[in-house]
Amino acid sequence: MNELLKVSPSPHVYSRESSPRLMYGVVIALMPAQLAMIWFFGWAAIIVTAISVTSTVIFEYLIQKFLFKQTPSIKDGSAIVTGLLLAFCLPVNLPAGLIILGALVAIGIGKLTFGGLGNNPFNPALVGRVFLFLSFPVQMTTWPVPNGFKTSFTDATTGATPLSILNENYDKIPIDQLMTDQTFNMPGYRDIFWGNMGGSAGEIAAFALIAGLAYLLIRKIISWHIPASILVTVLLFTGILWLANPGNNADPLYHLMTGGLLLGAIFMATDYVTSPMSAKGMVIYGIGIGVLTVLIRRFGAYPEGIQFAILIMNAVTPLINIYIKPSRFGEEVKHV
Amino acid sequence: MLKTFPKGGVHPSENKITAGTAIEVLPLPKQVIIPLSQHIGAPAKPVVAKGDKVKTGQVIASSQGFVSANIHSSVSGKVLKIDKAINSSGYKQVSVIINVEDDEWLDTIDRTGKLKTEIVLTGEEIVKKCAENGIVGMGGATFPTHIKLTVPPGKKCDVLIINGVECEPYLTSDHRIMIEKGREMLTGTRILMKALGVSKGMIGIESNKPDAIAHLNSIASGFEGITVHPLKVKYPQGGEKQLIKALTNREVPSGKLPVDVGAVVHNVGTAYAVYEAVQLNKPLIERVVTVTGKDIEKPGNMLVRIGTPLRSVVDAAGGVPENTGKIVNGGPMMGKAINSLDVPVTKGTSGVILFSVDESKRKATNPCIRCGKCVSVCPLGLEPYLLMTLTEKEFYDRVEKEKVMDCIECGSCSYICPADRPLLDYIRLGKSETGKRIRERKQK
Amino acid sequence: MSSTVLITILSLSILGLIAALILYFVAQKFKVFEDPKINEVEVALPAANCGGCGFPGCRNFAEALVKAENFDGLYCPVGGADTMANVAQILGKTAPEVEPRVAVVRCNGTPEFRARTSIYEGAPNCTIVHNLYSGETNCAYGCLGLGECVDACEFDAMYMDKVTDLPVIIDDKCVACGACVRACPKDIIELRKKAKRDRQIHVACVNKDKGGPAVKACKVACIGCGKCEEVCNFEAITIENNLAFIDSDKCTLCRKCVVVCPTNAIHEINFPPRKPKVEIKPQNAEA
Repeated sequence: MNELLKVSPSPHVYSRESSPRLMYGVVIALMPAQLAMIWFFGWAAIIVTAISVTSTVIFEYLIQKFLFKQTPSIKDGSAIVTGLLLAFCLPVNLPAGLIILGALVAIGIGKLTFGGLGNNPFNPALVGRVFLFLSFPVQMTTWPVPNGFKTSFTDATTGATPLSILNENYDKIPIDQLMTDQTFNMPGYRDIFWGNMGGSAGEIAAFALIAGLAYLLIRKIISWHIPASILVTVLLFTGILWLANPGNNADPLYHLMTGGLLLGAIFMATDYVTSPMSAKGMVIYGIGIGVLTVLIRRFGAYPEGIQFAILIMNAVTPLINIYIKPSRFGEEVKHV
Repeated sequence: MLKTFPKGGVHPSENKITAGTAIEVLPLPKQVIIPLSQHIGAPAKPVVAKGDKVKTGQVIASSQGFVSANIHSSVSGKVLKIDKAINSSGYKQVSVIINVEDDEWLDTIDRTGKLKTEIVLTGEEIVKKCAENGIVGMGGATFPTHIKLTVPPGKKCDVLIINGVECEPYLTSDHRIMIEKGREMLTGTRILMKALGVSKGMIGIESNKPDAIAHLNSIASGFEGITVHPLKVKYPQGGEKQLIKALTNREVPSGKLPVDVGAVVHNVGTAYAVYEAVQLNKPLIERVVTVTGKDIEKPGNMLVRIGTPLRSVVDAAGGVPENTGKIVNGGPMMGKAINSLDVPVTKGTSGVILFSVDESKRKATNPCIRCGKCVSVCPLGLEPYLLMTLTEKEFYDRVEKEKVMDCIECGSCSYICPADRPLLDYIRLGKSETGKRIRERKQK
Repeated sequence: MSSTVLITILSLSILGLIAALILYFVAQKFKVFEDPKINEVEVALPAANCGGCGFPGCRNFAEALVKAENFDGLYCPVGGADTMANVAQILGKTAPEVEPRVAVVRCNGTPEFRARTSIYEGAPNCTIVHNLYSGETNCAYGCLGLGECVDACEFDAMYMDKVTDLPVIIDDKCVACGACVRACPKDIIELRKKAKRDRQIHVACVNKDKGGPAVKACKVACIGCGKCEEVCNFEAITIENNLAFIDSDKCTLCRKCVVVCPTNAIHEINFPPRKPKVEIKPQNAEA
């Protein structure tokens, strides 16, 4: 023996999992959507992502190093995830200055103010996005029509999202007419699945997001509870509305695949730090997000509600953690 | 679908290096150190004095109080002294130190080596035999067996479960007993069933030991009422409560004992020791110890006399490798790291694992990312992250309310934590402090 | 227009009235009588909430003081005699005299004297180490060096010495609240009488092993040889379990025991340097 023996409490073996591995796992899961984004928006998608990710990482480094005098923790990959997610929920024609501002708010206010990774009550990327959305509503709701590397950014070609068209015309024009009328140019099911519609950079390609979900589940980075409970709740809620009044409500499938629902349910709501710890708590959290999303979409002023729904449920998470306990072993006495 | 327990659990790399290595008898050491407290409960009281000649199998310390066990000399020779010697925690403890001379056994012990399957003793006599021969749980908890065999009045036991799970990575001593001493072990199971007055005996074995399952299945038909059950590989299935849940779907209520749901669990090694004690009148003076590690020269399973210093055991396996960083007494998930090889083998020593310097490194603690993995792997449905935080802040009232006393210290939470937080270290502290508080309250 | 204003004012006033009534009745119903003296006493206490008095906080202590017939067993180690005199004045009672005390670390097992035999890796908490095993050295009684006592000290009166790996108590700041004594799992900290000019003589070791193993583990361990007991004229030193103990109430600080200790386990603190006489004598003899 060359060295003194080490003594430590059990266990003496550990799993290979580590925080950075999990974070980079999320980054990999986001790659299909990133590729889809590039396919639809070309250079713009690359530029938005690059600006967003570099600025979140740089801000995290600068703030930790010079403001807090800590050792910067940018290697753990969480700033990269925040940057990617922020880029995904911005329109690709957003001016670079606004993206940088959003990144500053996301990292500075959303994350580091509360003590950094593990302590932030709200999803940092969403904080950044909502800040931009409320401060610059015009820029944030001007979507270019996807056209690959030929995508044009002059205002003339910007289109509306399917949800905003729906939101403006609920109770005015029957759904059937909306869908078929050429003036509205509503995308069909095939278009929304493959992402051929107006919307934020990374949220439009449903298939890519679902591929990411599959990866997250297989790698066991997230459990099924949160995405499943959100999607099922949205499906049921919109299903009830649709069955009650098919003429004036979009069908559940349309709701499921449009807007930021998939991106939110798969990548934003499942953020470790801001979601509940126990399986039971996760389901309650997911149902809450689902209900709030549909309420805002159908009855609120905004066409899309997932961002607010997630932030509201983020705020409820500490309560859920306190009051919803996992079912303890030996709690119920069962005799065979 | 193989049976398993439903809640939590992890699957560490199995590393059962010695699964195919036959049990080898370790040559007698020159000196044995036999601690007087090798079991849960009161230490035994020495009945020999310095200079006495003792024979192999002779009682050298008798049990004191209700929860205690006899201690026997594992060798023949002269008592050098009764003095303090270090135990696996590094603390000093009263031990009988014997210099070995020859190997002269007591005449009462049957050493013919013939299999005796016929059980002639009554239930009460069996319990008495176990007490006399100092049998304790061999799985590591070392609870005196004769107490476990006495069903408390007003309670009824209807199934005996034999724990052949061996869910700890690396360890293979129970595996080898099942293969090499299958008939003896099954006879021991019948004896235990008779003592408990039950007609059903279930042996749970994880499916990573197909040879043991096949072997026991092929001979179990000769033993009435015993069935063999393969289980899905999942740690900590060897935990009493988890095993009962997996095999019978009964859930032992929080704070209660297995007998409250009509089950009693014994380890494979215990069943074999009971066979020897009852049929051969042989006290618990030796046990199978797995000596293993990735860099060790000759890893193996060895039949070792109680009190043999671990150094002799490791030397027989090729000595301590140059790059050893940590030595663990027991399994890698629940075993104890020791700071010296002078520690003797006791009744509860199931294995010695030598980890290299690289393997024994603990990674630096990072901030909790609240991923909830500790909650999802806890087999008891506790919230390790919360228990750790509350213990750090010394909020012991809440620690108690969050059921810290239910924790079985399996280590799944610390194992899985991606931020490498010392969850179990603190939970164990919370548990001991809470235990102290509960005892104080009871005294008032 | 004017009617709208009127209705608004009226309705708001009525709402306010109702709320005020509810508040009034609730306050009446849940009124708790509290001795105003409790507040007075609390103000007189140091408000450190250290728990040195045995109560969770100053308020609880104040309640106990107000309720108590006399001050037996009630003492605030932080505020000391002055505070207790103030409290006694408020309550019209007399405060008993209590001698001031100071915490003393009874371990001198620096790395120089006490070699490491293993490395602990785990949560940095003394009690966790203590429950796990004997510690990083062969001495199962000595300081573990992780500073739980320092964390427990509310008065910044302690720090860990980086070189010796032992806690150091700053006598001037120590109020003898006993938090460190309770925090130490090895029981190496003791509250001792505070003598003139903070002078101290104590056995800086708590090893209960026999001489041989004790010295093997640590060069400055008390071996329980009894020389100090013999030399003490005041019966202040007793030996129990191979360990000497100096009773600070009986000790007269004569320093005889310090000289005879073969392992230098007895420490004298805050004494002026000894007159060189003792050392010069043998030199003279040689010459």
